[in-house]
Order: sequence, then structure tokens, then C-alpha cells
Amino acid sequence: MDKAVAVQKEVVLSVEGLTVGFGSNIVLDKLDLDIYRGEILGFVGASGSGKSVLMRTVLRLLPRRAGRIRIFGVDVDETSEEERLRLDMKLGVLFQHGALFSSLTVRENIQVPMREYLDLPQAMMDELARLKVELVGLAPEAADKYPSELSGGMIKRAALARALALDPALVFLDEPTSGLDPVGAAEFDELIAKLRDTLGLTVYMVTHDLDSLFSVCDRIAVLGNKRVLVEGTIEDMLACDDPWVQSYFRGKRARSIVREA
Amino acid sequence: MSGATQAPGQAQGQTQGQTSAEIATERLADGGEAWRLSGEWINMTAVAASKRLSDLGRGQGGALEIDLSKVAAMDTAGAWLLRRAITDRRSAGGEVRVTDGRDARYSDLIAALPERLAEPRRDPGRPATLFQRVFAPLGKQMVDIWQDVVAAMFILGSTVRGAQLKLGRKSGVSPAAVVHQIDRMGVRAVPIIMLMSFLIGAIIAQQGAFQLRYFGAEIFVVDLVGILQLREVGVLLTAIMIAGRSGSAITAEIGSMKMREEVDALKVMGLSPVGVLVFPRLVALTVALPLLTVIANFSALFGAALVAWSYSGITFDTFLSRLKEAIDLSTVVSGMIKAPFMALIIGIVASVEGLKVGGSAESLGRRVTASVVKAIFVVILVDGLFAMFYAAIDF
Repeated sequence: MDKAVAVQKEVVLSVEGLTVGFGSNIVLDKLDLDIYRGEILGFVGASGSGKSVLMRTVLRLLPRRAGRIRIFGVDVDETSEEERLRLDMKLGVLFQHGALFSSLTVRENIQVPMREYLDLPQAMMDELARLKVELVGLAPEAADKYPSELSGGMIKRAALARALALDPALVFLDEPTSGLDPVGAAEFDELIAKLRDTLGLTVYMVTHDLDSLFSVCDRIAVLGNKRVLVEGTIEDMLACDDPWVQSYFRGKRARSIVREA
Repeated sequence: MSGATQAPGQAQGQTQGQTSAEIATERLADGGEAWRLSGEWINMTAVAASKRLSDLGRGQGGALEIDLSKVAAMDTAGAWLLRRAITDRRSAGGEVRVTDGRDARYSDLIAALPERLAEPRRDPGRPATLFQRVFAPLGKQMVDIWQDVVAAMFILGSTVRGAQLKLGRKSGVSPAAVVHQIDRMGVRAVPIIMLMSFLIGAIIAQQGAFQLRYFGAEIFVVDLVGILQLREVGVLLTAIMIAGRSGSAITAEIGSMKMREEVDALKVMGLSPVGVLVFPRLVALTVALPLLTVIANFSALFGAALVAWSYSGITFDTFLSRLKEAIDLSTVVSGMIKAPFMALIIGIVASVEGLKVGGSAESLGRRVTASVVKAIFVVILVDGLFAMFYAAIDF
């Protein structure tokens, strides 16, 4: 499982001294974080601790007060328009509520980035879109449905298919398994692990799902006190003596999973 | 850029137009064929690669060896093209062997893809006859219109009945909501209504005076403006302005609440969405529109008086005394009676359209457009009916 990580530890995304605040409220303070190629990083933290803010800042959707963000070794502040475009092509994002375009079908949603960045004939785009639909485990009929006709789990899968449309190297997933039934969530975890193994994805996953943390994440980072409290494997988490981390990974809900593992 | 330092599927520093997917073909000693692949098999090179593969694959059915060891990068697009070529060759009876570099990443990727894409099940159904194709849309249109009428009646009835569905309590509307809506739809519309009516009054006066000058009857421009504005134009243009300004807002508000299940939340709490959302707006419109009409009439007459004075030399005194003779109470009342009806039409059409919004952003836009267009159309239609009615009863 750790094959890709063990071979080399190439940093895909590095965040240094990141400070983000709204008005007088500092949400993230001098935060440092590295993500290595081919790993699945699980990101946890109490509700409201700034997990989504961090993700949105890295994606340049929110302004930051200080800090450097480097994606694939490129400082996002020092990029030209063209470089930034190339960078965007290598990023895929699954938003918490899918953020599918409601007036387009699933197939058209997947084809939006293809149409924008690649010069492919329509027949090939159709074929690739059907391939993505199949890869994320959706029924082929779902491709011609509108987002409002899909269930919550199907929306997550369709949004993942769109995030993967350009075969990005780094995928951001914001609570991919929230709102899915345990079976569906487990399938989703397996799917992400499988895609990581076949496509060599690097995955940044914000999640509260202990099952995903235990089963697919190579590394876990805990956000607290406005920075990364602790990062490491699940064993490191269990050994950590921070009270919040303790109650998170050794709480009633976690205990049964730890026992099985 | 050697493949060994990269995870599969990724190409670093790729630039558009500089990459290509290459195939070198070779005859093997055992009669088979070998494709030695190199370059980058990614989505940017997929078009050329696809063409090359279909050229190579045409009419061939022998054994094939695909060598991936020189491939620099591959993603799902490239892998899919190869997967398809392999499936084609195999179904033609040929044997296909895939060889890869040390860690077999690319062959793993190809193997992970499905052999064939599942075709979506299509419900064939019976093809429509010519008769159906011609008359089905017409019938749909008729049913839609009927359903609109029913929905409008439902909303009108529900507003009369009150906000709450349960417990038989009827006074569920807070006066604060109504006052808030009057402020938004009435008070804030005053400046634009005043400006618009002032200009309309001035324009009618100028045009009237210009035409009446030929007959030496310029003074009658006062009659013209007074009667036209008070009976027809004042209420009509105010209603059209409010349909555009507040009708669209009502549709958008109720529609986006419908999209985010807020309307359903009201329902399960035992509240009638119509009573809670539509009633205050409808009451506010019925109060605000007549008041706005009064303001519109005053500013139009002021604009007319100004033009009459500067263009035709009719003084304010003359204007006022002529106005007193030209218009009587029935002129004023016949215009004002129409205002609450117009308000109800705008409010109900806007609410009906708002409650019809579906799941997509596009449907919201379509409904807002329909709301304004229908409201203006019905307002003008009803104005015409009123004119016929007044003529019949000699009012």
C-alpha cells in the first residue's frame, strides 16, 4: 500500500507559515503542511477548526494574510497566467455538496473541464465521460441524468468523476463520505484507494469518517489550535496525548474500529 | 523525464503541443506483430494516438505484442485507447501480450479499466405518430394553462384561509412581515415610480400639445393628460414597473427557497408555504400598488403641467382650473379600482411561478422570466377588460 510513498518522498503540496483570518478572527496561524506524492492524507479536526478554510485557501478561493503555498514545487504567488492554468489542470476538487452544475447532465458536467482544456472530438469526450462514470461506479444510465435527479451518494460519485475528468495529479476531497450509508462509504473509500493505486493520485481528504481514516488513509493530520496539531500514521494518533486527539481516536465510536484493526 | 521517477498516470512539466504518443511497429520472427510504444499517452495526445491506433488496427487479426516499457506517461485517456485496441484485437481472434517496465504500472492501469463500456439501457417506447407529434405539445400547453389557473386559485384561497394548516389557528401572519414587505415593494419603489411617471406625463403633454396646436386647441392638452393618466396610463405603467421589480423578486425568493427544500421544511412544520410566504407579499402588494399609483398620478400631472407651461405657455393656475373641469370623481375612481386587481395578479402569477421552480439554476431563471412576462401580459389584458366594462356601463 505504501509502495508509492516508500519509493520517494516527493512533496506535491507544501504549505509554510500560512495565516488566514477574517477581520479580527484568526482561523489559521502559521500553519505548515506537506503532502507527498501518491499518499492519501486524511485531514481531521473539530467542526469549525478551519479544515475547509485551509482547503479553500490552498485552492486560492480565500485570501491569506501570510505564508507560502507550493503545488508541485511551484510557488502559486510567482506563477504566470499560463503556469497557473497548467497547475489548475492538475488539481481536481470534490466539493462537500458536489457542486455539480445543476443545468447540465452528469456527462456534460464531466465534459466541462475537457471542453475547456482539451481539443477532443465530441465522440471521444463522450467515451471518456462514460469511462469516468464507470470508473466511479455509477450506472451508465446516470450519465444522462441531471444532478437534481440523483441521490446523495450518486452526486458524490458524479462529482468525483468530474474532479477526475482531466486525470489530475492531486485531488482534494471535502468530506467525500459524509451522508453516505456505511456500505456506500466503504465502497467510496475502496474506490479512492483503487484510483490512487492505478492512477497514482495524491489525495487530500477532509473527513470525519473514522472508517475511512483507519482503512484508506496513509497519513493523518489533525487541525487544532489554528495549526496542525499532530500528523502521522494511525498508530501515531493513538499514541498522541493531546486530549482532543485522544477523545477522537479513542472515543466510543473509534474503539470498536481500533479493536478490529 | 524518465518514467521511473514518476508515479503512473502523471507527466511532469508537460506542455501543450510538445508531447506526442508514438508507436513503432515491428514484425516478429514468429509471424506476429509488435508495437513499441513511447512518448506520453495522455489526454492531450489522445486524438493523434487514437487515429494512429485505428490505422494500425484496421484489418489485422494476428498475434500482437504491446511493449510499454518506453512510455513516459499515461493517464486514463491513453490507457483507454489501448484497452480498446486490445479488446478489438482479441475479439478478432488475435492474441495480445502486454509487456511493461519493471513495476508494470501502465499495464496495471490498462488492466484496471473495463473491457467494454456498458451501454445504458434505453427504454425504446412506441414511436409517436404524426398526430401525436403535432397535437401533443398543444395539449400540454392547454393542460399547463389549466394547471396555472388552478394553482392561482389555490394560492388565492390559501391566502384567505391563513398561514397554519394545523390546530385550526388562523392568525399566523405577523404584521411585521407585511410592513417589511410594504417597505421593500412600496416605499423603495417610490423614487423610480416618480421619475418614470414624471417623464411619461411630460412626454404625453408635449406630444398632445404639438398635435392639438394645429387646431388651436392647445388648452385641451390638460384634458388629454388628465384623463389618460388617471384612467389608464398611471395604473398600467405602475403595475408593469412593479411586475418587473417586485414580481421577479417574489419568484426568485420563493423559487430559491423551493430549491433548497425550505418550502418543504415549512410544510412539515404544519405551516402552509402559501400562507407564510405568499400572503404577506400579496397583502403588501395590494396596499402598495394603489398608493404608488397615486404617487405616479401626481408626478405625471406635475410633469405635464411643467411641459404645458414651458412648451405651450399654459400657467399652473390655468392648468389646475382646466383640470378641475376635465376630470370628475369617476375618472379618478375608475383608475384606482384597477390597482388592487393588478397587485393581486402580479403577486399570484409570481408566486405560482416561484412554486414551480425545479432543481436547477436554469429553471429558476426560466421561471423568473415567465413570471414577469405573464404578469405584464395579464395586467394589460385585464386593463383591456376593464376598459370594455367601463364603456359598457358608461362609467
